[in-house]
Amino acid sequence: MNAHQNDTPILRAEHFSKTLGGRKILDDCSIRMRPGDVKVLIGPSGAGKSTFLQCINCLIEPDEGEIWLGDRKIDFRNTRELCGLRERVGMIFQDFNLFDHLCAEDNVALALRKVRGMSKAEALERARMELARVGLAERAKLYPAQLSGGQKQRVAIARALAMDPTVLLLDEPTSALDPELVGEVLTVIRDLAARGMPMIMVTHQMEFARAVATEILFMEHGRVIEQGSPAELLAEGAQTRTQDFCIRLCDLCGGDASTLDGEGGTASLTPNAECPEA
Amino acid sequence: MHIFSTIFEALPYILEGTLVTVLLVVGALFLGFCLGVPMAVTQVYGPKPASRLVGFYVWFFRGVPVLLLLFLFYYGLFGLIGLEVGTIGASCIVLGMTSAAYQSQIFRGAIQSLPAGQLKAGRALGMTDGQSILHVILPQALRLSIPGWSNEYSILLKDSAMCFALGTPEIMARTHFVASRTYEHLPLYITAGLIYFAITMAGVTLLRRLERKARIPGYNNAGM
Ligand SMILES: Nc1ncnc2c1ncn2[C@@H]1O[C@H](COP(=O)(O)OP(=O)(O)O)[C@@H](O)[C@H]1O
Ligand SMILES: [Mg+2]
Repeated sequence: MNAHQNDTPILRAEHFSKTLGGRKILDDCSIRMRPGDVKVLIGPSGAGKSTFLQCINCLIEPDEGEIWLGDRKIDFRNTRELCGLRERVGMIFQDFNLFDHLCAEDNVALALRKVRGMSKAEALERARMELARVGLAERAKLYPAQLSGGQKQRVAIARALAMDPTVLLLDEPTSALDPELVGEVLTVIRDLAARGMPMIMVTHQMEFARAVATEILFMEHGRVIEQGSPAELLAEGAQTRTQDFCIRLCDLCGGDASTLDGEGGTASLTPNAECPEA
Repeated sequence: MHIFSTIFEALPYILEGTLVTVLLVVGALFLGFCLGVPMAVTQVYGPKPASRLVGFYVWFFRGVPVLLLLFLFYYGLFGLIGLEVGTIGASCIVLGMTSAAYQSQIFRGAIQSLPAGQLKAGRALGMTDGQSILHVILPQALRLSIPGWSNEYSILLKDSAMCFALGTPEIMARTHFVASRTYEHLPLYITAGLIYFAITMAGVTLLRRLERKARIPGYNNAGM
């Protein structure tokens, strides 16, 4: 699956642990990203997926663990290195988190100006380019409250991409969307994957995961308990926890579990509309 | 009529006091804003000791009458540290420091009402906490604060009448001065009341216009 087996990792998150409220919600989790990797994190609600993702760009500071960007270890107590890490690691949130007081293009331009030090004109030019890439050229002047959920998420993706991230983290990017809007966001993400953008994505869109993931990591109780290519984990009769989970997920929402076992799956982007992402 | 000629004669004198009152209120609101915003930010995002200190400041200024504060600062503290600012300056400072306590709580409430994701999104893009607060949190929080701020303005305007006790030549002091000489208490105090009323309305209208202008497109009245 992975064509870049021998390249050095562009990002390594090593042995993350985090205890919150007396409970270990992250227990020795690691992930390595090589160019072109698309890794999908799945697992039941409360497994620690969001926590893991937010530890990677240090929105949550892990109690233990190291982050390496290329061959440089990040000291996240150092503000400059911390901001540098976050600039290189883009993040897409479940509920978009667009800056509500700024129109779409200003949402994208803000960090370009304040972090990259671009002039207003330069930043806006780049912002419009990024918005055009996610199909929102005409909506550049609209405010978040004037956009649909799918459009908001695409603005959020444009905002992250404008910073030229090394890796993109996506935390259930389609969970807050109405079913008919899921497709437009997944299309954008699939295009990114096709262009070789390294991504770590939490999602319950299993067909999508099967189609784009180079590796699936299954998490439970704060640990990564299974890890492998979609073909390995979801093969017919693989008897993996991952497959168990997927079948239960689809039984639960009346989906057809057999499509998950089908050879190669259908790479269609029509989502399991009824699947609630827990 | 005698009453009207008294008012008419006293009016320029009282109107001059109106300028002083406006100066006091604008100065105090400005000082309160300049202190209140960093105080609110400190209280929400600052380290524990700093946030406690702000809490103590707010507790003190909210717990003590303005009149007492005026005397305490003008006759007591300012003399002690040798600060010569006159009655207008002293009134402005005391009203401003009091207003800072109230304003900080308006801003704090607004900051805390914003979704946590806003700050997270700023941080996730590589902005420092300072940049995120300055460019993401405050522009939104200040918009939300306008109605509360408008309320603070009208309260402060009326509190400014208390400065009369220091001999600050504002509306109240001047009206009192004229009234005690001409014995035309009723018409004079009614006139002063109408002036206060007019300034309140003018300010509130202005702030409401600001609120409309600052409204974020797409939000309805309830949302913003
Ligand atoms: N601030 C916190 N304090 C205590 N527990 C928390 C906190 N944040 C998250 N948790 C707990 O950590 C666990 C993992 O949460 P999360 O990473 O959001 O899971 P997931 O994204 O896989 O659903 C959950 O059980 C949650 O209740
Ligand atoms: Mg989650």
